[in-house]
Amino acid sequence: MDIHEYQAKELLAGFGVAIPRGGVAYSPEQAVYRASEIGGARWAVKAQIHSGARGKAGGIKLCSNEDEVRQAAKALLGKRLVTHQTGPEGRTVHRLYVEAAVPIEREIYLGFVLDRKSERTMIVASAEGGMEIEEISERSPEAIIRSVVEPAVGLTSFQAREIAFALGLEPAQVTRAVTTLLGCYRAFRDLDATMVEINPLVATSDGQLLALDCKMTFDDNALFRRPNVSELRDYAEEDPRESQAAEYGINYVALDGEIGCIVNGAGLAMGTMDLIKHAGSSPANFLDVGGGASPEKVCNAFRLVLADPKVKAILVNIFAGINRCDWVAQGVVNAVKELQPAVPLVVRLAGTNVEEGREILRDSGLELATADTLTEAAEKVVAALKASGSTAGNGKP
Amino acid sequence: MSILIDERTRVIIQGFTGDKGTFHGKEMIAYGTQLVGGVTPGKGGRRHLDRPVFNTVKEAVKETGAEATIIFVPAAFCADSIMEAADAGVRLICAITDGIPAQDMMMVKRYLWRYPKERRSTAIGPNCAGIISPGKAMLGIMPGHIYQRGTVGLVTRSGTLGYEAASQMKELGVGVSTSVGIGGDPINGSSFVDMLKLFEEDPETEAVMMIGEIGGPQEAEAALFAKENMRKPVIGYVAGLTAPKGRRMGHAGAIIRAFGESAAEKVEIMRGAGLTVVPSPADLGATARRVLDSLSRRVAVGT
Repeated sequence: MDIHEYQAKELLAGFGVAIPRGGVAYSPEQAVYRASEIGGARWAVKAQIHSGARGKAGGIKLCSNEDEVRQAAKALLGKRLVTHQTGPEGRTVHRLYVEAAVPIEREIYLGFVLDRKSERTMIVASAEGGMEIEEISERSPEAIIRSVVEPAVGLTSFQAREIAFALGLEPAQVTRAVTTLLGCYRAFRDLDATMVEINPLVATSDGQLLALDCKMTFDDNALFRRPNVSELRDYAEEDPRESQAAEYGINYVALDGEIGCIVNGAGLAMGTMDLIKHAGSSPANFLDVGGGASPEKVCNAFRLVLADPKVKAILVNIFAGINRCDWVAQGVVNAVKELQPAVPLVVRLAGTNVEEGREILRDSGLELATADTLTEAAEKVVAALKASGSTAGNGKP
Repeated sequence: MSILIDERTRVIIQGFTGDKGTFHGKEMIAYGTQLVGGVTPGKGGRRHLDRPVFNTVKEAVKETGAEATIIFVPAAFCADSIMEAADAGVRLICAITDGIPAQDMMMVKRYLWRYPKERRSTAIGPNCAGIISPGKAMLGIMPGHIYQRGTVGLVTRSGTLGYEAASQMKELGVGVSTSVGIGGDPINGSSFVDMLKLFEEDPETEAVMMIGEIGGPQEAEAALFAKENMRKPVIGYVAGLTAPKGRRMGHAGAIIRAFGESAAEKVEIMRGAGLTVVPSPADLGATARRVLDSLSRRVAVGT
C-alpha cells in the first residue's frame, strides 16, 4: 500500500526525521491559511497524488505571497496530473500540501528497501539526489552507496556514520544524518514498510538536513497489525475495480487488452495472460479467484471482468487443487444466466471434480464453448474474438 | 529416491485440528503419507484423525519421532510456528500459509541460521502448495492424482502452474520424482538454487523443470547456478511476459521493481545459461518429453 507525501512526512517526523514546516489543504482558502500559519516568505504548494515526478508534471508550485498560494491551489485542485508513473489517464488532485520553501545547498538520495537478494533491509544512498534512483544508477552507478542491515541487531550507529561520511557530509551534518538514518530504519521496521524513500534529503544553507520529498510503501500482508498505517489508505488513488475486487476477495489488476481472464492461482493467471498474447491477442486483466472459490465468488469475478468496456471475450481457466470444478462450473452458469454477457466465453476446467463440473456446464442448456487443454482454450477464445468482430455484440449464448 | 520426502518420512501437522489441517490431513493420509500426529496449542492429549494431538512441537517430536512438519497456522502466527519447529529440530518445515508479513520471514530466515548446519532445518514456502514425491508421500495441498511417478524434478513458485506442468507431463507419460513449491512470497524458506542442488544429487531425477515468475533475482541466480554446477538438463519457464512493471500480480513477490526482474529479462538469462526455455505454458509437458527423449537417445548412442 502507498501513502501520500504529507502522510509519510508525518510518520517519519514521529521517528525523529527533520522535515520543513507544512500542512495539508483541501481548498485554496485552507492553503492560504496554512501558508500564514507556517510563516516565512516563500512556500511550495504540492499536489498530493501517489506518484513521483510531480514537479515535472506541474504539480509543485513555488509561491511568494498569499495570492500566489491561492492561485496555485486553485489551479491544482481538481486537476489531472499525468506523470510517467500514473499512466496516460493521470490522477486527479484532491489534496495539497503547503510547505515552507527552504534554501537548498545540496540534494541527497536516501532509500530503504526490502532487498530480495540478501533477504534483508538495504539502505541505498547517493550524494546525487533530486533525480530518480534509476536515473542515478544509469548515470553514475559508482556513486551509489549500499549497506545491508543485520535484522537481529538493527541499523547500528557506526553503519549510519559510514553512510553519512561516504555521502561527503560535513562533520556537523553527520550527526543529523545519523538521526535521520536511524529514524527511517525504525519507521521501516516498526511500521512494516517495504520502501522508505527520501528524495531529496536536502542540506540547507542554514545548516539543517531536511526531508524534502518522502515516499513510503507498506507490506499489505502486515496491515492487519498496523492500524495507524492502514487508515491512511486513499481509495481515490486506486482503480475502483481493483478496490471492488479486494472487497470480493479477488486479486484483480486492470490491463490494456481485450480478453477478460478468470483464473485460479497467481502463476496460472499470469501464464494464461502470456498464452493469450501467444495466440495473437492481449489480456484485459489479471484475475486470480483464489482457493476455495464458491459459485458466488466466480459470479463476482464475472461482474469485475464485464465492468471493463474493453473486454471483447472471456476465458475462464481453472486448474482446481483446493478449488472444485463443480463449484466453478455452477458459478459460470449462474453468471451467464444472471449477467447475460454479450461477449463470447470459453471455459477450461481441469483438476478436482472436473467431470462433475463439465456435466453442470453440459446440463445447463447454455451454449458454452469448452476446452480441455490450455492450447485449445487459447485458440478457441482468440477465434471467438475474431469471429465476434464481424458480428459485434452477437456473442451472447 | 526422491528429494525431501518419501514413504518413510514421519510427518506432523501444525494447525492440526483446524479446517485446513483436518481436510488436508485426510488427503495426505489417503495418499500414503506417514502422518504421525499434529500440534494445536491447548488441545494436547486429544486424538484427531486417529492420531495424537500435542501442545508443542517439541513434545510431538519426542513422542512420534517426526522429521517433517506442514504448517497451516494463520499468517499472523505462522512465523512463530516455523521457528518453533526449527527449535524442536524438525528437519523439514513446509509452510502453506499465505499472507505472512515479509519482515516476519526476514526474522525467520535469520533464526534458522542460528543452528549449526548439521541440525539446521530446511524451510519450504510460505505461500506454496507444498511437496509431493509421487507414489510415495505428499506434504502439501495439491491434487495427488495428477502426478505420475517419474524422473523429472519439478520446482515452482506457483501452485497452479505446477499442477498444469504435472498434468501435461502425465498426459505424455512423463513422471515427476519430486515436486516442490517454493512459494510466491518475496522471501522464501528455500530458493530455486537450494532445490536445484538437491535434484542434481538425487539419483532418481534425470532432468529438472523450474517454473518461475516476474519479481526478484532467484530465477537468474538459479540459471547461473545450473550453468556452472549442474550436469542434468534444466528446463525453465517464467510466467508474466505480459505483466506491466510496478504492478503486483497476485503473489506478494510477483512485482517487477528492478532491472532483471521482468519475465523477458529472466528468459534471456536462462537462454544465455543454456537452459531449455519453454515459450508458452501450453508447452510445459511437451518440452519435458522432448528433453527426456533426447537424454535417452544420448544414452543409446553412448555419448
